[in-house]
Amino acid sequence: MDRAEVDSKIRDLIAPFNKKGVELTDATTFVNDLEFDSLTVMDFVAEIEDEFDIIITMNQQAEIETYGLLVDAVTKLQD
Amino acid sequence: MNAQSDIEAGGANQGDLFSKFDDFIAMRDGILASGVEDPFNLVMEKVLSPTRAICNGRDTILLGTYNYMGMTFDPDVIEAGKEALTEFGTGTTGSRVLNGTYQGHKECEDALKEFYDMDHAMVFSTGYQANLGIISTIAGKGDYIILDIDSHASIWDGCAMGKAEAVPFKHNDIEAMEKRLKRVPEGAGKLVILEGVYSMLGDVAPLKEMVRIAKENGAMVLVDEAHSMGFIGENGRGVCEAAGIIDDCDFIIGTFSKSVGTVGGFCVSNHPKFDVMRYVCRPYVFTASLPPSVVATAATSIRKLMHGSNKRAHLWENSKNLHAGLKSLGFQLGTDTPESAIIAVIMPDLQKGAMMWEALLKEGLYVNLARPPATPANMTLLRCSLCAEHTEEEVQTVLGMFERAGKATGII
Ligand SMILES: Cc1ncc(COP(=O)(O)O)c(C=O)c1O
Repeated sequence: MDRAEVDSKIRDLIAPFNKKGVELTDATTFVNDLEFDSLTVMDFVAEIEDEFDIIITMNQQAEIETYGLLVDAVTKLQD
Repeated sequence: MNAQSDIEAGGANQGDLFSKFDDFIAMRDGILASGVEDPFNLVMEKVLSPTRAICNGRDTILLGTYNYMGMTFDPDVIEAGKEALTEFGTGTTGSRVLNGTYQGHKECEDALKEFYDMDHAMVFSTGYQANLGIISTIAGKGDYIILDIDSHASIWDGCAMGKAEAVPFKHNDIEAMEKRLKRVPEGAGKLVILEGVYSMLGDVAPLKEMVRIAKENGAMVLVDEAHSMGFIGENGRGVCEAAGIIDDCDFIIGTFSKSVGTVGGFCVSNHPKFDVMRYVCRPYVFTASLPPSVVATAATSIRKLMHGSNKRAHLWENSKNLHAGLKSLGFQLGTDTPESAIIAVIMPDLQKGAMMWEALLKEGLYVNLARPPATPANMTLLRCSLCAEHTEEEVQTVLGMFERAGKATGII
């Protein structure tokens, strides 16, 4: 799957978590813009992991602050 | 320049490393401003027995101390401690690998080996250090740790200290665990970490299936049995004994701070090379060993727990009675049926929880207030832990207190 395809899949997955309908750009942050708390992060990460059949370790999660970084990371991981 | 003058000068706390705690301080001040006694600053002025103390001047029933088997005032245990104090002094003033291993430390490890019927036992200064030390030492950079998302802080800290790749899965979810285990890169070391009883809700893990799956996928298994030792399983070895998979657990971690009734932690194992841990495990090496009186009380208590089946039966009765009573009063509980000696009462929010906690304290009952972020799903919980020394009548008294306090605060 290329980056554009990963992007579009994650957009679908994030919708139910994006309660306020914040517009997504590569710079959108999970904590500040999307206001994800730690529980939301946990559920969201689990969905992504299962959809792409990957694991995103705690160390990797700590680095992924924005939507764009997540798409980059998943694109690389599902290779 | 202090923080106050900084603010006055328009410097807004710049450079104060404590600013990161401002939200916590505000939360705590909020609770105290509502007139509630500080739930995190309770002082026990006198301890009368494993189940009673004078708290803030009141005679109080203790229902939140994890003193499951009531060993803290056992006459044999106290006698052993006094004797060791007299004969070996107040402390070892040294590491286990230097001058800090006394006869008593060996005897304590022997008692553990017998209790668990395992080849090796290693005593740490606390259970926290046992998890920190064992996990960080056996799982290092490049290894993968698959663990329950609701794991105890000492487990998370062990993962972080060892720099292993931590992969959490949804609490007690067998399928979520298996999926993640199967995704670990080929050839990487794998450690699965589980707890027998999870202390927040008092629920038990499906260890039979989880340990089987972990083994099928080539992982080593570590089980923290802090809240089940002495109580669950035919010989009190924990949920892994009750589930019949104790032989498949590579490491069992435990603590002396609950059923054993003193302080300290341990790891037992049948791994043939286990003894190397004594040299390479930093939280074991670089700290002073437990005082002689503590290991003497621990060893005596552990040996008595081997023959504690009557006490275990009474503790189950207590747990069942409290669970059924609270349920029929209309409280929301952490588990549908009693699974351990912990009964968690779910509060609507932190404010109400603190009010209820205080109302109970004024009734003469101590329970444990647990709040986010230490709790699953950001719940506020009143955690009750039963003791084998609570009488049937005491449990009824406790239920009366819950009823009055619950109605006074509008929770039921
Ligand atoms: C699951 C679990 N593991 C480890 C510990 C740490 O035990 P200790 O109090 O001996 O440090 C605790 C208790 O606090 C615990 O609940």
